[in-house]
Amino acid sequence: MSALPRARELGLISCHVCGLVCRDNQLEDPACPRCSSALHRRKPYSCARTWALLIAAFLLYIPANVLPIMRTVSLGDVDDNTILSGVIELWQKGSPDLAMIVFTASILVPMTKFLVISTLLLSSQRGTPWARRQRAMLYRLVEFIGYWSMLDVFVVALLTALVQFGFFSEVEPLPGVVYFGLTVVLTMLASQSFDPRLIWDCQDQDD
Amino acid sequence: MTDQNPLNVGGNLPEPVVKHRRVNASWIWLVPAVAALIGLSLVINAWRQQGPTINISFQTAQGLESGKTVVKYKDVVIGKVVGIRLSQDHSKVIVKVDLEKSAGDIAVSDSRFWVVRPRIGLGGVSGIDTLLSGSFIGVDVGKSTQTQTDFVGQETPPSVLHDSRGKSFTLHSGDLGSLDIGSPVYYRRIQVGRVASYKLDDNGKGVTMKIFVDSPYDKFVSNESRFWNASGVDVTISADGLKLNTQSLATVLAGGVAFNDAPGPHPNEKEADENATFTLFDTESNAMAPPDGEPRYIVMRFDQPLRGLAVGAPVEFRGINFGSVVSVRMDYDEKTGHFPIYVGAVVYPDRLGRAHKKLAEIAKSKGDNDYMSYLIGGLVAHGLRAEAKTGNLLTGQLYISMDMVPNAPKIAYNPNARPLEIPTVPGSLDKLQEQMGQIVDKLSKIPFDAIGNNLNHTLADLDSTIKQVNGNVLPAFQETLKGANRTLSTANQTLGTANSALSPDSPLQQNLAGTLQELQRMARSLRTLTDYLNAQPSSLIRGRSKDAPLPDNGTPTAQPQQGSKP
Repeated sequence: MSALPRARELGLISCHVCGLVCRDNQLEDPACPRCSSALHRRKPYSCARTWALLIAAFLLYIPANVLPIMRTVSLGDVDDNTILSGVIELWQKGSPDLAMIVFTASILVPMTKFLVISTLLLSSQRGTPWARRQRAMLYRLVEFIGYWSMLDVFVVALLTALVQFGFFSEVEPLPGVVYFGLTVVLTMLASQSFDPRLIWDCQDQDD
Repeated sequence: MTDQNPLNVGGNLPEPVVKHRRVNASWIWLVPAVAALIGLSLVINAWRQQGPTINISFQTAQGLESGKTVVKYKDVVIGKVVGIRLSQDHSKVIVKVDLEKSAGDIAVSDSRFWVVRPRIGLGGVSGIDTLLSGSFIGVDVGKSTQTQTDFVGQETPPSVLHDSRGKSFTLHSGDLGSLDIGSPVYYRRIQVGRVASYKLDDNGKGVTMKIFVDSPYDKFVSNESRFWNASGVDVTISADGLKLNTQSLATVLAGGVAFNDAPGPHPNEKEADENATFTLFDTESNAMAPPDGEPRYIVMRFDQPLRGLAVGAPVEFRGINFGSVVSVRMDYDEKTGHFPIYVGAVVYPDRLGRAHKKLAEIAKSKGDNDYMSYLIGGLVAHGLRAEAKTGNLLTGQLYISMDMVPNAPKIAYNPNARPLEIPTVPGSLDKLQEQMGQIVDKLSKIPFDAIGNNLNHTLADLDSTIKQVNGNVLPAFQETLKGANRTLSTANQTLGTANSALSPDSPLQQNLAGTLQELQRMARSLRTLTDYLNAQPSSLIRGRSKDAPLPDNGTPTAQPQQGSKP
């Protein structure tokens, strides 16, 4: 089966916002005649942006894990927990299911995103036609799990708001949670700024 | 086919319009740069906050938890336990503590660390907050400048911290009593300090303790202060009645030290120096007594039984307690076959005040030895004797009383005997018993039978005498009384007559009134005569003149002359 024609080859350009397809008249800064939003053949500087955001997310992921995210005070017993120590504590205190959920949401998912996005970026920049469908699936996976990676932040925010019983029990957020939240936001921005069409932009050899 | 498609697809499609916008992709690299800056600042901050790491050894790691237990100074967290391990020889626990940078300078050689745990003692409860929050390590920051990283932790909190203001003093005592580290020190029943430490003396014959008196109370400790053990209840029964004396309920149970100035004026009183040494007395009364000075040992031989003389009984000289009995031993005298009792006593001559001072001076000037045995020999020759006296009639308790006995029999005195032997005289009760015996002897010699017979005879004689009196004397007496009665009635009649003569309507009374009127009239005519004679003395010679001229003023004669004026 021969390669399908690309929009560029057909001289077409589509609007990201309203979906209007225009004829590509090779202008410098084209804009949609209907909704006036900028038109791009591909997301501009997609790789550079994604890389920058990904690196920033990774840099912030380090303090997010090293610094404690939550302080639990119960009957005067002050306990500061990082993400990992919280997972360990949950596991040791007999809630392996909860520990698994937190571990997945807070460690597995961000790490997966880092790995997946950097794999996508590297493979797209090299222009290799290797496993394009699988890579596209990976991209969809990253988009999907992105919604759920704020779990830890939500937990801390909810507990802080709900558990305020003074001396008996109190939960307060610590700086780690801010870095974790920033990490999650940056990874989501990174996956958004990646243009999945780049996966298919290599030299057509296989199809 | 592929060539036509683009034309066919884009034939009637709209064309994009131009919209200028700033295009610059490199700004996105600011995001990782900022993230890197944040990370770097965190690392630098952590590095800058990093203080020294110290190791503290404890007997046990009870209540300590790695990564959780904190080190607090004045309730401020200044460090955290980061590791707990056993020492090489497994005898101790080494606690590794990361101190904060700001508290780095507390790791000096005289800083002390201890674990704050809940402690419940008789003196109170401390560290109750750690029941819930868990133990923490307390620190008392030293004043040294020499840094140190390995410390030996204290098992109990130090009672005196480096930054507490006040003074330390040293107390010597025979035993510790119920005192402990942290026991309170009272001044006029106000807690002003506490016992900081104690240790057995090197020779094992006493206890030396350090107390700490807080500022500003430390200025009340003077060189005249006396310290006593305020533990327990002091019950005294005296002439004033039963007296119960305690410092506070806590000291009754837990013990304490109290101090106060000795009674009396203190001309040389001044504030005690830091680390001044004092003696800790057993009771307040002992503490307030004048200083005892050097003890002396004396022995006394008694030949009579000493029931009621116990070890500890007081030894008095002329009523002043200056020692106590320390031993009561029986001996056998082969020569006489008696069982003498030797009573040993410790006396404190200083308690006799100036008497002892003067005697000592005299003895010294005469070249006497330290025991003043020759001087005492002189006193013995003058009648110094010891005597066992009854102190309490109910219980029969004896005490030793020394006094100068007049006309005491001469006794051989050995000035070289050690300890000095003071001769004795039999006790007052023995003497009393002896005298009572003599009295009873004398009483038994009285011929009560003969006395009774004589008395009987006398009474019979008396009886006959009374009979005689009744028979003869009384009738005569009755006659005499009747005569007297008559005489009295006659006297009564005489008085009635006199009374009627003096009544107002009696002729005697009227005659007297007439006579008085005559006399009055005579007196009046006599006065007229004297008046006349007074006015005209010549009448006495010439007789009465016809007319007496009136005194003349001359005014009527002057009237016509005044009226003749035209």
